[in-house]
Amino acid sequence: MRTMAIRTIIPTVNTMLAYDFMRNAFAAAGVVALVAGAVGYFLVLRGQSFAGHALAHLGFTGATGAVLLGIAPLWGLVLLTLAGGIGMGLLGERLAQRDVAIGLVLALSLGFGLLFLHFYTAFATQASALLFGNILAVDIGTVWTLAALGALCLGTLALIARPLLFASLQPELAEAKGVSLRFYAVAFLAIVALATAECAQIVGVLLVFTLMVGPAAAAQRLTGAVGRGVLLAMALALAEAWLGITLAYYTDWPSSFWIAALSASAYLLAVAIGR
Amino acid sequence: MPCHGSNRVTSIALQGVRLKLGTRVILADASLAIGEAEFIGVLGANGAGKTTLMRAILGLLRPERGRIEVLGSPAARGNPAVGYMPQSRAAIGALRLTGWEFVAGVLDGHRLGLPIAGRAGRAEVDRVLDLVGARALARRPLAETSGGERQRLLLAQTLIGRPRLLLLDEPLISLDPHHQASVVALVRALQRELRITVLFSAHELNPLLGALDRVLYLGRGEAALGSVEAVITAPVLSRLYGAEIEVVRLGGRIFVMSGSHDVERDAHQHDQHDTHAHDGHTHDHTHGEHDAGV
Ligand SMILES: Nc1ncnc2c1ncn2[C@@H]1O[C@H](COP(=O)(O)OP(=O)(O)O)[C@@H](O)[C@H]1O
Ligand SMILES: [Mg+2]
Repeated sequence: MRTMAIRTIIPTVNTMLAYDFMRNAFAAAGVVALVAGAVGYFLVLRGQSFAGHALAHLGFTGATGAVLLGIAPLWGLVLLTLAGGIGMGLLGERLAQRDVAIGLVLALSLGFGLLFLHFYTAFATQASALLFGNILAVDIGTVWTLAALGALCLGTLALIARPLLFASLQPELAEAKGVSLRFYAVAFLAIVALATAECAQIVGVLLVFTLMVGPAAAAQRLTGAVGRGVLLAMALALAEAWLGITLAYYTDWPSSFWIAALSASAYLLAVAIGR
Repeated sequence: MPCHGSNRVTSIALQGVRLKLGTRVILADASLAIGEAEFIGVLGANGAGKTTLMRAILGLLRPERGRIEVLGSPAARGNPAVGYMPQSRAAIGALRLTGWEFVAGVLDGHRLGLPIAGRAGRAEVDRVLDLVGARALARRPLAETSGGERQRLLLAQTLIGRPRLLLLDEPLISLDPHHQASVVALVRALQRELRITVLFSAHELNPLLGALDRVLYLGRGEAALGSVEAVITAPVLSRLYGAEIEVVRLGGRIFVMSGSHDVERDAHQHDQHDTHAHDGHTHDHTHGEHDAGV
């Protein structure tokens, strides 16, 4: 029974991977999932998930603005999320977590994004790709750009991980020990901004949560250790992204839907197991 | 090295210190010296400046005038010989991390790199957990520990790196009297065993009575340091509270009364705004038993 199932699956996986756009999709989603899992772990630990969500909305404005100016949307995304992340960090840890301020930024940026789209003629497809992602449209050049940005994200995160963890767990004590809370707040939100821009390529700005927050929150339910938690979040994000694309290939439903559904299921399952 | 009184070494020395927060004067002109291996109860109404004084000793707030010396050198951030338990720690109770990981999170926390503890780091975490008897409970997620257990983990965390001075900011907040007594006893035992200086702030004197060597009472920009007999008196406290204070001793306990109400108890009740709603119940219990005892 099992061997038969495997015999039928392997050839279909082979046909799936015979397509360039599918290989690009798997590569891009793989890179982004690893980044999202690791960055998301700290985002959830710091209680800043909502800030991550708002950054994604800023990214929408950046992307639509870039399209309007004739630049690649990815660079608009990167630029505006980065500016937003650094801005939030500079406004101070406490303000960066304040729901009203973040909500305001979120709504305003979506409003501007809509305005930019209004001036842009190819309205519907562009908007839907930005909002919900279009993984099958990723070309090989974009894969390399995502890999470079992802390496930058993970490299910087690895460099600052220890003081960032300290500042997240015991801010006042970290401050007393000479750790600059402001610096790490800004540096971390800059990393989140880059990761957000990456995720938006895969699942769209509205569903960045599913790759950044879902796997990390599930991992924190399943293990109480930091190192294992980060690795588990990365593994979960990778599994959800790849499985989502595979399911999309067979069902012809959007991959973003599948990734979101898998992410939510994994979290609920983790909550059920974790208690 | 600066000395005070006999020939004891000084842990903390304030010389003509003026501390301000915004326009508010927390200390007008304070000079005092705290000796090595003393257990000091830092008391005073809510807002008297207990937290602010600790932040100044940590080098997080510069005095407007005067000098603060800590263990023989000017107060400065990043002194590894000073351990600190901050007052605000509400967020910790929601963490899914284990106590062990939480304590380990401060290891070499100022250095760049991955937070992976080496053999020496792991041994240090185990050592401090053993000191407070929390080795077993440190395997549980923080979210599943009680207030008293969390307090022991926080205490263990302050002992990382073998500090010679501990600043503990209101470790008794939202604990019931039984847990308050065990935290005080534990800190006292550690302080004696490790011969470290401890500043332990609290709104209420009674839980600390058996443990402390001297009291540092803050109020209205002034600081009074001395034995309980010398400081907890009507004239000194009337000056610090700016109101007519009466000190009532009853069955080994001391009540600081203004008119007909207990001012320390009032301060304690106000603090419920700072803590979690569900912790408020613990407070109510505390006061209920408190009344019954009188
Ligand atoms: N930035 C500020 N400007 C002016 N006053 C402040 C500021 N921050 C705190 N305060 C006030 O300083 C006082 C001392 O606070 P604190 O040291 O926390 O007292 P305690 O720890 O004894 O309760 C409080 O009355 C508080 O309201
Ligand atoms: Mg205080």
